[in-house]
Amino acid sequence: MSRKVLLIEDEPNITEAIRFLLTREGWQVETHAEGVDAVQVIVAENPDLVILDVMLPGKSGMDILRDLRELEGMKGLPVLMLTARGQSRDREMAEQAGVSRFMTKPFSNTEVLTAVRDLHAQASRS
Amino acid sequence: MATLNVLILVCLGYVVLLFGVAFAADRMAVAGRGKWLRSPLIYTLSLSIYCTAWTFYGAVGNAARSGLEFVTIYLGPTLVMISWWWGLRKLVRVGRSQRVTSIADLISSRYGKSNTLAICVTILAVLGGTPYIALQLQSITLSFSIFAEADSSGLYREGSSVFWVAAGLAVFAILFGTRNLDVNERHHGVVTAIALESVVKLFALLAVGIFVVWGIAGGVGPMMDRIDASEIGQWNVDAGRWTTITFLSAAAFVCLPRMFQVMVVENDDEGHLRTAAWAFPLYLLLMSLFVVPIAVIGLDLMPEGSNPDLFVLTVPLSQGNEWLAMLSFIGGFSSATSMVIVTAMALSTMVSNHVVMPIWLSTQEGSGSVSGDVRNIVLMARRVSIAVIMGLGYFYFHLSGGGAALASIGLVAFAGISQILPALVGGLFWRGATRTGALIGLSVGFFLWIYTLLLPGMGGGVMPASVLENGPFGWGWLRPQALFGIDGIDPMVHTIMWSLSLNTIAFCVASLLSFPSPLERLQGAQFVNVFDHSVAPQGWTGSVGQSEDLMIMTQRILGTIPAQVFFQAEALKQGGRGRLPEPTPGFLVRLERELSGSVGAATAHAMVGQIVGGSSVSVEDLLAVADESAQLLEYSGQMEAKSAELSRTARQLREANEKLTQISMQKDAFLGQVSHELRTPMTSIRAFSEIMRDTEELSAEEKTRYAAIIHDEALRLTRLLDDLLDLSVLESGQVSLNLGDSTLRTVLDRAISTALAGTDRKLEIRRSLTSERMPLQTDLDRLGQVFINLISNAQKYCDAPDPILTISAHDVGGQVVIDFIDNGSGIPPEAQSMVFEKFARVGFDKAGGAGLGLAICREIMQRLGGEISYLPGQAGAAFRVSLPLAHKQAAQ
Repeated sequence: MSRKVLLIEDEPNITEAIRFLLTREGWQVETHAEGVDAVQVIVAENPDLVILDVMLPGKSGMDILRDLRELEGMKGLPVLMLTARGQSRDREMAEQAGVSRFMTKPFSNTEVLTAVRDLHAQASRS
Repeated sequence: MATLNVLILVCLGYVVLLFGVAFAADRMAVAGRGKWLRSPLIYTLSLSIYCTAWTFYGAVGNAARSGLEFVTIYLGPTLVMISWWWGLRKLVRVGRSQRVTSIADLISSRYGKSNTLAICVTILAVLGGTPYIALQLQSITLSFSIFAEADSSGLYREGSSVFWVAAGLAVFAILFGTRNLDVNERHHGVVTAIALESVVKLFALLAVGIFVVWGIAGGVGPMMDRIDASEIGQWNVDAGRWTTITFLSAAAFVCLPRMFQVMVVENDDEGHLRTAAWAFPLYLLLMSLFVVPIAVIGLDLMPEGSNPDLFVLTVPLSQGNEWLAMLSFIGGFSSATSMVIVTAMALSTMVSNHVVMPIWLSTQEGSGSVSGDVRNIVLMARRVSIAVIMGLGYFYFHLSGGGAALASIGLVAFAGISQILPALVGGLFWRGATRTGALIGLSVGFFLWIYTLLLPGMGGGVMPASVLENGPFGWGWLRPQALFGIDGIDPMVHTIMWSLSLNTIAFCVASLLSFPSPLERLQGAQFVNVFDHSVAPQGWTGSVGQSEDLMIMTQRILGTIPAQVFFQAEALKQGGRGRLPEPTPGFLVRLERELSGSVGAATAHAMVGQIVGGSSVSVEDLLAVADESAQLLEYSGQMEAKSAELSRTARQLREANEKLTQISMQKDAFLGQVSHELRTPMTSIRAFSEIMRDTEELSAEEKTRYAAIIHDEALRLTRLLDDLLDLSVLESGQVSLNLGDSTLRTVLDRAISTALAGTDRKLEIRRSLTSERMPLQTDLDRLGQVFINLISNAQKYCDAPDPILTISAHDVGGQVVIDFIDNGSGIPPEAQSMVFEKFARVGFDKAGGAGLGLAICREIMQRLGGEISYLPGQAGAAFRVSLPLAHKQAAQ
């Protein structure tokens, strides 16, 4: 059974690092670097997990998450959010918007992998 | 000879007659009959209590001693009556409209109903009045003694007779002066009795005069010869003394409590003054007509050393004309008694109203029994006051021993009481006069009077001779009779000059410096403008139609609801059913009072007057209105200025607050952005370094690639830190400029080669080398930094297939202007104002710019005294750099 992760991130180097890590874990990694059409891409790709950056061109990760949670059948999709802004207010806003896990950059690779594994396990159980 | 017995009988009979007249007049007045009691003639005659025993006997004595100087005593009141009747009319009008009971009450009422002032005036009046009463008692005693000398029965004992006379007069004053407590304080009985006494004393003096001229001298012609032969006939005038005493008697005529009593308090028709204006001077003329003949004959006939004050008695006696002497005695007795009775009444009113009653009321405070029979208490206070004042007069007479010291008392009392004059006249004619002014003026005059005249006149017992000669503590300039070293003038003239002038100056200066209370202002206006204010309100009558107009006006002033409430209450009070009351005088007065609370008394009066039409609006009314409006305007102007200031402050605060909020938000955003810009490269560095550390099966290519990424991101981090540091140094203004000379061309050459080095993105640069020759004197490295930034921006962001950057330079008005224009799609208009802000990246900068470049450029150009701006309306992105030319800078 293939597991698909959609990575929405505008920094090419970070995208490359996460793709490398998750491919080795057996994930099929799809990427997208724009904010504006991110919700449509998520719906179209229908991934098992979304990794979402906050500062994206066109539309912020917060707004994408909020819009996504409005959609039918997208309430339970695990979303791991990454941000480089590091302000505590962001974490609150993300939790209100319905984030599954919130992490601050820079992260350690094992942290990301553990989070992905946990979220996937939770989603498969329910 | 039973002369003394007869005399006593005649006296008693005369007193009984007076009682009878007074009693009858009172009865008639109560019954409403006897209008003649209030004729101008009675009023004029009552004024003649001015002529006391001092004038009756003393004028002849004065003439015998000092020649014609006695005339001055008559001259003062005559001048007042003839030339200042309009002032007296005002005084009478004020007195009546304010219902004053005494001169102390008048002064107090004018200056905001100040009881302190009333007490001052009362003390002054009692101090001046007591010796004056003693003087009357002395005259009676002396005249008695003349008859006693001629009498052998030895019945006469001086001391006891004076006592009985004083007691009798007190009883008379109490019986007729305090019978009732009329609001108008008018005493018909007393006034009628006094008028009778005036007739008697005039008749007596004329009789003696006629007897002297035709009975002794033998006609007018021989009389004139005898006068010419005597010293009295010689015209011997001391101008200073004459002027002073004339002025003094004029002042006293207005200020003396007893004169005020008959002239103002007892007056019931202002019109009477018109008659008195000629009749009273005529009375004085008749009183003085025979003074000189009697004095001349007296000096001729009477033995050396006899008292000239008693010539009026002794001359007829020496001729054996006892009945004429008796008549003369009755005349003197009349003068004395009328003065004493009225003075006692006037003083007792002042003492009881301003001293006794306030003290009594303050002791009653809180017990709640004030509402009881205050009337009786007031009457009792008056009666006791009369008794005490008579007692004081008697006591003073007893102390002074009845000696010659009393002779000058009349003028001394005049001088004391005339200290009221500045406050009185000022209060009537000057709205600016204040309570403080009156109090200070009065105190100054009062003190100087006591110090320079009263104390020195009392003899060595009261004021040591050393003080008189050398001044207190040996200060010569403070000698009581030669203040400030001005020596050698008559003590009376000296006192009047200093006390009245300093009194007036103190009054005026203190009035100008002090600020009147609202009540003082109101009273001041009512006094000064009495002819506009006093009678008119009573005269208002109107029709119901006017009520509507009044209502409309009142609504405008008080507001709709309060005006309706007021009018409805008034209508109810009148028993009417409508909303509008009848414009009765009572209602109009209350309305005026209500309005004056809002717009001032003068305005309220003028407004009501205009609607009801009872009086036309006078110029004074308009002036008073303007006065009030000016004050209101000034006040509202101040309020406006204050509120403008407040709203200005509020706006400034709001602006400051907005600015602070904005700065705080900018700071938050800046920190968030810095954090983001720092964390992003660090994330890549950390992720790839962990990958390289933890992954064993990496290929060599992968290793090289990941190491390159780490390297690039580290460089990006370094650049960002450099930019941040650069910016903070520039922004804090701590940057030091490294000035150098060069040309624009050299600087551009260097910048282009630096910007284009180490990159494979192509950019064609078009320049016009000839225009780049202009010299520059500036920090060449910093300027180069700006150029590099602009060139690499074009290199990074120009989206044309063949990117071209055109650099052109001009000399515009002493400025070097360099334009950098590329052929890309440019910066969208909404972002143009943002490009120089920190982290304001237009589009996304994968090449690693943090968005600080243009912000740094702006700071640099500011430091260099130039400017960098976006140039809208060009083909592509266009920036303009301008800075001063080198020679311009050199010239500075």
